[in-house]
Amino acid sequence: MIEKSAPSAQDRTYKIRGKVRFREHLMGWLFVGPFGIVFLALLIAPLAYALYLSLFQKRLIGGTSFVFLDNYVKAFTDPSFLSGSWFVIRFSLVSIPLQIIVALAMALILDAVTSLFARFSRLMIFLPYAIPTVIGAVMWGFLYSKSFGPLSDIFGLFGAAPPDFLSSNLIFYGLVNVVTWQWAGYYMIILYAALQGIDPALYEAARMDGAGKWQIALRIKIPLIAPALLLILIFSLIGTLQFFNEPQILRSLAAGTIGPDFTPNMYAYQQAFALANFNYGSAISFALGGIVFVGVYAFLFFTRKRRSFL
Amino acid sequence: MNKKWLSAAAAMLAAATALAACSSGGGGGANTASGSGASNCTNTIPKKNLPVVTMWGWYPNMQLVVDNFNKQNGEVQVCWTNVGQGSDEYDKFQTAISAGTGAPDVIMIEMDRIPTFQIQNALVDIKKYGFDAVKADYSEGAWKDVSVGDAVYGVPVDGGPMAMIYRKDIFEKYDITPPKTWAEYEQAAQKMKDAGGPAFGDFAANVSALTMALQIQKGAAPFTYDPAQQSSIGVKLNDQASKDVLDYWGRLARKELVGTEDQFTPEYISGVINGKYATYISAAWAPGYLTGAGVGKGEDTGKFAVAPLPQWDPANPVQVNWGGSAFSVTSQAKNPELAAKVAYGLYADKESLTHGWTNQIIFPLNLKALNDPEFVNLKVAFFDGQQANKEVYVPAANAYKGVTYSPFGQYYFDAMTKQVSALIEGSVTGAQAADRLQEDVASYAKEQGFTVQ
Repeated sequence: MIEKSAPSAQDRTYKIRGKVRFREHLMGWLFVGPFGIVFLALLIAPLAYALYLSLFQKRLIGGTSFVFLDNYVKAFTDPSFLSGSWFVIRFSLVSIPLQIIVALAMALILDAVTSLFARFSRLMIFLPYAIPTVIGAVMWGFLYSKSFGPLSDIFGLFGAAPPDFLSSNLIFYGLVNVVTWQWAGYYMIILYAALQGIDPALYEAARMDGAGKWQIALRIKIPLIAPALLLILIFSLIGTLQFFNEPQILRSLAAGTIGPDFTPNMYAYQQAFALANFNYGSAISFALGGIVFVGVYAFLFFTRKRRSFL
Repeated sequence: MNKKWLSAAAAMLAAATALAACSSGGGGGANTASGSGASNCTNTIPKKNLPVVTMWGWYPNMQLVVDNFNKQNGEVQVCWTNVGQGSDEYDKFQTAISAGTGAPDVIMIEMDRIPTFQIQNALVDIKKYGFDAVKADYSEGAWKDVSVGDAVYGVPVDGGPMAMIYRKDIFEKYDITPPKTWAEYEQAAQKMKDAGGPAFGDFAANVSALTMALQIQKGAAPFTYDPAQQSSIGVKLNDQASKDVLDYWGRLARKELVGTEDQFTPEYISGVINGKYATYISAAWAPGYLTGAGVGKGEDTGKFAVAPLPQWDPANPVQVNWGGSAFSVTSQAKNPELAAKVAYGLYADKESLTHGWTNQIIFPLNLKALNDPEFVNLKVAFFDGQQANKEVYVPAANAYKGVTYSPFGQYYFDAMTKQVSALIEGSVTGAQAADRLQEDVASYAKEQGFTVQ
């Protein structure tokens, strides 16, 4: 049984601490507040509204009606949405490993070489990332062009016709190239920073044990930057599944090749803004968001289980 | 400056315009959000005490037209904004319609989009606001294109009577006379290919409106739609005429008699400049468009000529139209009567019309200009002094009967692009493409709540 007694000295300090803690909490909330308001107003509220929209159907004849999950059922049986999703999945499987291999190779080389030239190269490799995606895509559209791109000149030297990277056969590789060009430098910087963080004493110890440059790279450097590799993998996975800018820009140069349902994001845009079907557009966006979430979560789950995969 | 660089420069300019259109996306959105928008005009309004009507449009000489109107009008002033060309503008208008706010009072739209916006009740029937006073200014075909049933949803501004633009130098080199029928067109194309000449023309996936016009010329009537019975629509995209036209062009493409490049791309324009195509099947606005891209000047001078559109049956010629636009009053207009006055009055004064046709920016539908001897007899510089209006375009415009467009134009055009791409690739025949298109569009129409006949 507990007896009520006068507050002890300890209780008083608790109370004072409580007040202090409350004040600290308040300060914390005040600091977080501006972000929280923006977060709620510009992210959560539109998301909630889009979710709400996705539960309705608006027809040209008959007006709007509540259809619950029908739009989602439709999305997952819609050939346009499925083929677009399948395209970005295939695209991820090719372009992400490529980007990471290129970024890793460049980072390892720049880490091993220390000269003025290395610093210059680092800047040049990073440069494409500093160019807005839209401008990058337009630029590549012209580089690919059959009549005034450099390809026709280069192939012309050998009397051959240049490959048409904007044709339906080669657009996949054309886009892989644009995306790799754009992002590999950025990933390279992240990996390079991680490499710079490694204690050089480890290399010295390895050399004393007789390890060569290759062995140092493979057995020390790469395992130690595994978290950074994981980070860029997730970045690129999210980015690629939401593929939009590059194909949307190249579309005006290759309209027959890149349809409005080329990627799920483009399809959602088309539905909402060109066909006035905001409901279905929202449903597609949410379905895509679901796929990205499940994909990234599954990826994290598996890499957590088997840390040694790299 | 050599030609390659010239075309590259033209292409860059086109790309820059595309970019500008992208960036204006943000700006336009912000403008529309503020509602009235009168403070965001591109033009300056001279008479500040008068009521203001807001307006979206994209003609290159819109500035001059708006200034002329404002100068001459003592009742209302126009506040003009260019929110982007074609689908850029339509996407913004569509968003404003869905939001219920943010649309201008008057908007320039292509005629084939009128039913799309009309069915969403986004446009106002302007028949009761002074239609009778201007009825005689336009031809019957022009009024039909801006009408849905008995109601009138826009004032015709420019038209696109079609013709065959061709390269005189290439025709002479291969000893070819302008074909009068589509059969002759195919024979001439074969002759040119056998002699090692360039492609005779172009069959592109991204110009559905052109393909539709060519089908209509053969006798197709893609849509029958009576707004008195709004829930019912006739969709007939796979009749024999439609199939024949797709098969015809599919055959020409497969035999490589014509190119299959997307049109309006820098690649295509440079092809037209460099003589990659002997003919360009296009509308009356094409010379202005090509001149804007740098064609027909300098070395190019005197190379182009125009002939009437080839026919299927020369005994019964049919004239068709590609493109053309109108000024419509939106249902968000605060004062529809005043807005209608603007729609009727813009591009109706002599100075604006003359500027439009002398610079070949528009092919006027206003009969005041169409019947003007000065316009009819004009020796067009682009066609090396040929009297193109008198010989080709005016008769074509006069013989044009008008078309019934569908209330889901965007979907139809996208679906057609898909099928024509497949046809060009060779995975379907023209007849199969037409059947698939019919199935696709009919099922979309049903999904949208229509009864399809």
